[in-house]
Amino acid sequence: MMTTRQIDRLQGRPIPLRGHDIDTDRIIPARYLKSVSFDHLEQHVFEDDRKALEGRGAPPHPFSDPRYSGASVLVVNRNFGCGSSREHAPQALQRWGIKAIVGESYSEIFFGNALAMGLPCVSLSPEDIEAVLAEAEAHPDRDVTVSLSARQVTAAGRTFAATISPTAREAFLHGTWDAMGLLLDDVDQIKAVAAALPYVRGF
Amino acid sequence: MGKTLLQKVWDLHTVRRLATGQTQLFIGLHLVHEVTSPQAFDMLRSSGTRVLFPNRTFATVDHIVPTLDQRRPFLDVLAEAMISSLERNCQEYGIPLYNIDSDSQGIVHVIGPELGLTQPGLTIACGDSHTSTHGAFGAVAFGIGTSQVRDVLASQCLALEPVKVRRIKVTGSLAPGVYSKDVILEIIRRLGVKGGVGYAYEYAGDTIERMSMEERMTICNMSIEGGARVGYINPDATTFRYLEGRPLAPLGDAFDRARAWWTSMASDPDAQFDDEVVLKAAEIEPTVTWGINPGQSVAVSERIPYPAQAHDAESAGITEALEFMDFRSGQPIAGTRIDVAFIGSCTNSRLSDLREAARIVRGHHVAPHVKALVVPGSQRVRKAAEREGLDRIFVEAGFEWRGAGCSMCLAMNPDRLEGRQICASSSNRNFKGRQGSPTGRTLLMSPAMVAAAAIAGEVTDVRKVLEPVGTTR
Repeated sequence: MMTTRQIDRLQGRPIPLRGHDIDTDRIIPARYLKSVSFDHLEQHVFEDDRKALEGRGAPPHPFSDPRYSGASVLVVNRNFGCGSSREHAPQALQRWGIKAIVGESYSEIFFGNALAMGLPCVSLSPEDIEAVLAEAEAHPDRDVTVSLSARQVTAAGRTFAATISPTAREAFLHGTWDAMGLLLDDVDQIKAVAAALPYVRGF
Repeated sequence: MGKTLLQKVWDLHTVRRLATGQTQLFIGLHLVHEVTSPQAFDMLRSSGTRVLFPNRTFATVDHIVPTLDQRRPFLDVLAEAMISSLERNCQEYGIPLYNIDSDSQGIVHVIGPELGLTQPGLTIACGDSHTSTHGAFGAVAFGIGTSQVRDVLASQCLALEPVKVRRIKVTGSLAPGVYSKDVILEIIRRLGVKGGVGYAYEYAGDTIERMSMEERMTICNMSIEGGARVGYINPDATTFRYLEGRPLAPLGDAFDRARAWWTSMASDPDAQFDDEVVLKAAEIEPTVTWGINPGQSVAVSERIPYPAQAHDAESAGITEALEFMDFRSGQPIAGTRIDVAFIGSCTNSRLSDLREAARIVRGHHVAPHVKALVVPGSQRVRKAAEREGLDRIFVEAGFEWRGAGCSMCLAMNPDRLEGRQICASSSNRNFKGRQGSPTGRTLLMSPAMVAAAAIAGEVTDVRKVLEPVGTTR
């Protein structure tokens, strides 16, 4: 699956998901990893968190809330996607319809998995995230825009400074976020580095 | 200026700098298991790409393996589909597979070191976040996702950004009843679950140097719970003693040459670190998580915290955790009734863990209301434990003695909690729903503490249970 689709500007309705340290076991419970494909994962995203809120007279989980149906920009707090390396987590989100994530911070493995799938994760300050979350809750019908080239997120008529690792940003903008093709550009060089490693030669 | 081990290994394995600014890093050892590989192999297949270095790739089955009835086909059709898929893929691409019928099968992070595959100076990748375990040998080892598994299969490389290095020095002797599990839980408590993001952790200091390889593996295993994708310990004589004679380790003169090279990979005395913290071993107590992330822990003699004790960002998390766990602030953690006791997982399922747990349960019996199980980390560990009679000690004490696999750590197999059960567990994650029941509750602790809790029927201070033989380490 090699693609050179360049990713820069993403626009869509927001879906706010408050809470720090939301781990990948919650994003997609382990029982749904028992599959040889990623198909249908979107049906089970946040399944246990959503069920826990049902029938309690509590507001529905954002992913069950019809106000956010069709949203494509997920807004989160700190250390999103921590825990297990399961790529099933960002896959479930992307297949649900998420095209970009705006948050305070991410687990490194989650960020890297999302990058490999063409799903940008950008960071805003905690105060700015609060503003975007509040705006999403008040006006779920108003689009949020993420611009990687400008390093900005626009919501509520305001522009917020967004940060993302420079190398990831380059990868999205150049369409090399799916690294396999790039990594295979110079197989001779791979073999040369391997041959120079003492343990490859058996000491 | 001297270099850290991370810098040395990174530089040696750099293939080239990519246009994005990322490094193309050669992966010396690729470990594969059944959960994160099927889609990767399918991606490879659909692009007509071969595996570039099948002889640097090794596979096993661990996550979905039943620990009770391991006959094929597995009763769980999804699990059977996954193991069959791995079998087909390994056969098609020429990858050695330590399958369920192999003496070498087990949890991937237990068998790599056992086989002598895990060695100092390597880069090691696996589609599992606890790959950091192998850093105990002075390797740069980290977890990757499925698309990255595909990248490594195709090119034996990854596109990565370098990380900073934080040295964590632990000095002094651990008190009796305090183990390497308590050290890493304390590190995560202090630095937080995201403290290590963007960092590799180098664990150093005399406490660490006195640890066995199995104790070092426990520490490195949970690096990722502190946010650090990579965690390592410099190789030394303890490392080389462990490796000598292992099935896939170098032999004879080659071993001597290897040892010299491995020694050279250790961080230089004048290496510079991006950050450094120091912990005093003597201050560490047996530690228990009370909440819903591995950073929410207290010493066994302490009480569950109040939200107000933490600053804003943490206090909401404390409130949420208290509600889920149905605990009250100010309540002592000791005395918390448990329903299940689980000794196992890539964190703590090795022979020394089982020996220590057996020492505690010998002559006692599991409390009547507790379901207790011991899951050795590999078939080798299982056989070694049986040769020492540890299985009989556990069974006589009322524990179930199981086959090797990931088991109740993450419950992708039949071993899972039911309903609101509370489990004293030697594993590495206490997230909501982790152990298979959406409302199940996990208390992480050392295997010795799990053993003590199983006997008492509640969280209990293992220091009170231990014989006064007391070894300081």
